Amino acid sequence: MISPPETIPPIDIGGLHRDLLLEMYYRMLLAREFEEKLYYLFLTRPMPGTMHQATGQEAVAVGVVSALQPGDYITSTHRGHAHCIAKGVPVNEMMAEMFAKRTGSCHGMGGSMHLCDFSRGMLGAFAIVGAGIPIAVGAALSAYVQRSGKVAVAFFGDGAINKGAFHEAANMATLWKLPVIFVCENNQYALSMTVERSSAVTNLASRAVAYGMPGIQVDGNDVTAVYRSALNAVERARSGQGPTLLECITYRIRGHARFESSHYRPAEEVETWKKTDPIQRLRQALIENQLTSEAELASIEDRVEEEMEQAVAFAEQSEDVQPDDYLPYITMEINHATT
Amino acid sequence: MRQLNMVEALNEALRQEMRHDARVIIIGEDVGVFGGAFHVTHGLLEEFGPERVWDTPISEEGFMGIAIGAALTGLRPVVEFQYADFLFSAMDQIINQAAKIRLMSGGQTNVPLVIRAPQGATGRGAQHSQSVEAWFMHTPGMKVVIPSTPYDAKGLLISAIRDENPVLFLEHKLLYGAASPGGGAAPADSSVSKVGYDVPEEPYEIPLGKADIKRSGNRVTVIATALMVHRSLSAAAKLAQQGIEVEVIDPRTLVPLDEETLSASIRKTHRAVIVSEDVSRAGVSAELASWISGNLFDYLDAPVKCVAAKNTPIPFAPAAEKAVIPQESDITQAIWQVLSDQ
Ligand SMILES: Cc1ncc(C[n+]2csc(CCOP(=O)(O)OP(=O)(O)O)c2C)c(N)n1
Ligand SMILES: [Mg+2]
Repeated sequence: MISPPETIPPIDIGGLHRDLLLEMYYRMLLAREFEEKLYYLFLTRPMPGTMHQATGQEAVAVGVVSALQPGDYITSTHRGHAHCIAKGVPVNEMMAEMFAKRTGSCHGMGGSMHLCDFSRGMLGAFAIVGAGIPIAVGAALSAYVQRSGKVAVAFFGDGAINKGAFHEAANMATLWKLPVIFVCENNQYALSMTVERSSAVTNLASRAVAYGMPGIQVDGNDVTAVYRSALNAVERARSGQGPTLLECITYRIRGHARFESSHYRPAEEVETWKKTDPIQRLRQALIENQLTSEAELASIEDRVEEEMEQAVAFAEQSEDVQPDDYLPYITMEINHATT
Repeated sequence: MRQLNMVEALNEALRQEMRHDARVIIIGEDVGVFGGAFHVTHGLLEEFGPERVWDTPISEEGFMGIAIGAALTGLRPVVEFQYADFLFSAMDQIINQAAKIRLMSGGQTNVPLVIRAPQGATGRGAQHSQSVEAWFMHTPGMKVVIPSTPYDAKGLLISAIRDENPVLFLEHKLLYGAASPGGGAAPADSSVSKVGYDVPEEPYEIPLGKADIKRSGNRVTVIATALMVHRSLSAAAKLAQQGIEVEVIDPRTLVPLDEETLSASIRKTHRAVIVSEDVSRAGVSAELASWISGNLFDYLDAPVKCVAAKNTPIPFAPAAEKAVIPQESDITQAIWQVLSDQ
């Protein structure tokens, strides 16, 4: 059984602005409820495709993205809803994409595993494990060449870190001091494979040594800890000091994909990790530190609920993708007039 | 007019596009200090500096992904692979990412990048000899360019760089100018009649999807690419002495394909031979033959004939390599065959 760290220090909200903390609470909850809504939809009606829930991992997406500027870039994975929501992708459009509607983020051409929103720096969920890592490094190279001051974040899993793409990307990013942050979301599993069964060295952050970049391990279920570590990494990146590998220790509460039963792990393991739920922990800290009231949190929770109802209604009322809709997207047929 | 070999023409296209558009950058192995394994990027580092010309480690998947990320965020990378065979190390990035991103994004973004890769059998054995075009014709979402002359190479490369899509640009090693590296005065293949071609100094575009009739004739249409254009022209010149006028068409881009020009020629000659250096099975020739029989069956007076590489990894020994790769005599024989079929 994989246990959470033995002592879980209370969330330290010292020095963080109340508005920021409430925004993080809202974003995490929005990500959670988006996927809970989807889970329910998949159970109760025919939905196209599949989906992977990041339940219990929301603090990684929200903590890291809270340390970014709106113009910064991220790349994501098959488990990407929370990254999108953290980056501000509208949930109406995300939900419509799940329903294969024309109003979806990708006009119904991408689906859950290929969400993107270029207007918000969300360069893509890449469903080939590890593929988004060098692409984030490319965005960082681009920011460097164009002196845009932007940084890029590659989100990826404990499974993805074993891909050659990670090694190649990490080496080049450090070699060239590119403004990128490698965020390894260690949720203990790559489908059925535990980190112990797939990585010779289980301290994944320690791999950073091989590239000469800082490797930081952080409690991935503490949004404030993730945020603080990300802030340091972002500052390093933006000031030209190069990349950081941030390993966020978390846990995949749900099955790998919708309805996957996770028979390979004991139920009590899941129950133990549920006690470290990042949303509940932040909620408790907010109350204990008297930064908010039950009433205020309840109003945030109501707002999230309402947004979900609206997102589903929006998706339901949107036009279906038509059979020929894909045609304009195969290649772009107008030559670009360069200046 | 001033004459350039293929390497010089490609180099000039890159240099002019880099001057013209600050978003164009070069990424690849040994492209900077060394100037490229075949000297195509010679002098670019000196002119444009290390932020425009990136010498990478041997990390094909990694730098291909980096090029994609750069293309998604405002740059227009030209990626050099040292040999086309090494594209397979980056297949995921090329096929699953570059070619699919526009569709997956629902048209939110394009992926404007060029992948340059030298190919063709030149006595280096199976892992440095393969012709890869069919792999990428099979990949919707990208274009495939395959020039046969310095003039075409310059205009096509400029168009490829200005195109909004991923473009694979395949260069034949025996057409670079002479035996690699570097290019020079002597042709590297007996069918190649000259190394220097008239190439205008100013930048010009040859649209992707426009074939070129390299020799006009009325008896047979020969469709050929890259080195095979030259072997076909050499065969055609000899047949002309016997009064047989062969039309040789170079599609120049396999995706998109100039169906109009090919179709007009076959409607005129009623006979077609396809010559390609990639293997015959599920290859360029198979694809074109299928297209011709599906669309021009009524105009044909003889079955379409394919001349392509044998279905084998390319052997090292020169005699065996020669047996595997289409030779001028194979082309001549195929032409006689379609002429004698009724
Ligand atoms: C290259 C590749 N191999 C295998 C898969 C199938 N697959 C999808 S997700 C996954 C596990 C990934 O684990 P991890 O990187 O830890 O991410 P997590 O699922 O835990 O978020 C596997 C094996 C894939 N999509 N791509
Ligand atoms: Mg995992």
